[in-house]
Amino acid sequence: MQANDRVVFENVSKFYGDVLGVNRVNLSIPPGITGLVGPNGSGKTTLMNLMTGLIHPTRGRITVLGIRPDQPDELFRYVGYCTQFDSFPRGFTGYQFVYSYLRLYGCAHAEAEDLTWKSIERVGMMEAARRKIAGYSKGMRQRIKLAQSICHGPSILVLDEPLNGLDPLVRAETIALFRALAEDGMHVIISSHILHEVDQISDQVILLSNGYVVAEGKIHGVRSEMQEHPMQILVRCDRPGVLAAKVFEQDSVVEAQIHKDGLGVLVKTRDPARFYLMLNQIAQNGVSIESVAPADDDVNSVYEYLIGSEETSR
Amino acid sequence: MNPLWITQIMAVFRLEVRKTFLSKRGFWIYILALMPVILFAGKSIAEIEMQRRPNFGEDTTVFATVFQLFYLRLAVFFGCVGIFINLFRGEVLDKSLHYYFLAPIRREVLLVGKFLAGLVATCIIFTTSTVLQIAGLYWSHGWRVFSDYLINGNGFSHIASYIGATTLACIGYGSIFLAAGIVFKNPLIPVGAILLWESINSFLPSLLQKFSVIYYLKSLCPIQITPEAGTFFAILSINADPMPAYLAVPGLLLVAAAVLVVASFQVRRMEINYATE
Repeated sequence: MQANDRVVFENVSKFYGDVLGVNRVNLSIPPGITGLVGPNGSGKTTLMNLMTGLIHPTRGRITVLGIRPDQPDELFRYVGYCTQFDSFPRGFTGYQFVYSYLRLYGCAHAEAEDLTWKSIERVGMMEAARRKIAGYSKGMRQRIKLAQSICHGPSILVLDEPLNGLDPLVRAETIALFRALAEDGMHVIISSHILHEVDQISDQVILLSNGYVVAEGKIHGVRSEMQEHPMQILVRCDRPGVLAAKVFEQDSVVEAQIHKDGLGVLVKTRDPARFYLMLNQIAQNGVSIESVAPADDDVNSVYEYLIGSEETSR
Repeated sequence: MNPLWITQIMAVFRLEVRKTFLSKRGFWIYILALMPVILFAGKSIAEIEMQRRPNFGEDTTVFATVFQLFYLRLAVFFGCVGIFINLFRGEVLDKSLHYYFLAPIRREVLLVGKFLAGLVATCIIFTTSTVLQIAGLYWSHGWRVFSDYLINGNGFSHIASYIGATTLACIGYGSIFLAAGIVFKNPLIPVGAILLWESINSFLPSLLQKFSVIYYLKSLCPIQITPEAGTFFAILSINADPMPAYLAVPGLLLVAAAVLVVASFQVRRMEINYATE
C-alpha cells in the first residue's frame, strides 16, 4: 500500500509548554476502522487534532493521504472531523450548521441543500433539523456533528468519542454507519476510552498511554505477541473435572481452573493452536464440549496487560 | 462563475455579518454610536424649545471638535475593539472557531472574510451615526440654511470628508484589533497600549506618527480644531505636520494592509486549544 493512502506520523511529539501531549509517535494508519484507545489524558485527542491541523507538532512530520495538515484548503476536501468540542456557532439550527459548512466548502446553494439533507437523513435527524442546536440533547448534538463531518463525502473520517451520549439504539445504528462507511473504502479513525466499544468496531487499534503509543495493529495480532501472558480460553462442557485433568497433560497449559458455575474450565495456555487440537481429541473421548471462546483476546485484556489494571479501571 | 476563494469569502461574510449585527454582546456599540447623535439632537431640541438662534459657525466647530476628540478617538475606536477583536478571540472564548478551522478554506481567506464582515458592520453603524449627528446638529438651523450650506458652502465636501474619515477609521482600527484578537489572549492590554499610542501621537517624532491611525484621520478632517491653548484637548488635537488627503488615504490603507498581512501569518500558525484559554 502506498504512503499516500495512509495517515502517517513520523517521530511526532507535541508539548503544551512543559506538559507532554504525545511523544515520539510513529504510525502508519491504513484504511478501515482504526480505534485509538487509552484513558483520559493518554493523547487520543492530541493525535486527532494533530492530524487535522488544529494543533501543530512540536517535532516530527505528519501527512494525511500525502497532504500536510497545515494545508486546510486541501486537507478538508478529504477529511471530516467530528470533534469532542460540544459548542456550536450561536443561534444555528442543525440544518444551518451543516449547510453553512458546505457553503464554506464552496458548494452552490442547491448542491449544499441537497448534500445537507442527505447527511442529516443518514444520521436520523430529519425531524429536528430545523430546530436550534441549543435545544438539542447530547445525543442529537453528537449526531448533527457527525452529519457535518460526513456531508462532503470525505475519504477519512476522524471521530473523537463519537458514541458519547448516544442511547443504545442510536449507538447500534451509528456503529453500523461507521461499518458501512469503512466498507466503502473510507478510513474511519475512532477514539474511545471505552475499550469493549472499540473492540466491537475496530479493524485495528492503537493503544496509548501517557502520550506514548504502546501497541498498534490488529487486536488479535497484538494479543498473540504477548508471550508473557498465556492466552485464556473458556471451555464450556458437561464434565469440567475430566477436562481439567486431561488438559494438564499438555506442557503448554499453565493453569486450568473450574469455572465458578461448575459448567466449564478456564484454561491458560502458551500454545493455543496445540490446545485446540487436543480439545478435538478430548471431545472424541466422551466429554461433551458446548463452546470454546478466548477469554482475554480483546482490547480490554490487552490494554490491561500492557498498561496495568490501575489505568484500565480509571 | 466566481473563483473558489471569492465564494468562500462570501460564505464567511454572510455568517459573520449575521453574527456581528445580531449579537446581544454588541448592543453597547450601538449605544456608543448613538451617544453623539443624542447629544446633538438634544442640543437642537433645546434651541428650538428655547427659541434661541443657533450659531452656524460655532456649531460647525463644535461638531469638528466632538468628531475628532470623542467620536474617532473613543466611539469608533472602542466600537472597533468590540467588533474586530471578537471576530477571532470571541470565537475562541465561545469554543466555536474550530467550525471554520475544519473547513477546506485557507486561513487567509477566512481572515479576509471576517475582516470584511467587521468592516461592513462598523462602517454601517458609524457612518450612519455620522450622518445622523450632522442631521441632529443642523436640525435647529432649518432646511434653508442647511441646503445653502450643502449647495453654496462646503457642506457636501465636509460631510464626505467626515464619512470618509469614519470609514478609514474603521479600516485602520479594524485591522489592528483583528490582529490583536489573533495574537493576544487578553486583548485589554494591547487595546490600552494602542489607546495610549494614539493619544501621544502628537508628541512622537514625525516618522513614528505615521504608524498610528489618528495621524491620517486628523489630516482628513475638513476643519482643524483649535481648542484653548494649553488644555488637554489642545494637546490631543495638535497636527503640526498634516498630510494631504491624496497621501493620507493610501498611507492609512497601506498601514491597514501591512497589519492584515502580519495577522494572516499569525492566523496560519494559530492553534485550537480551548482548554488553555
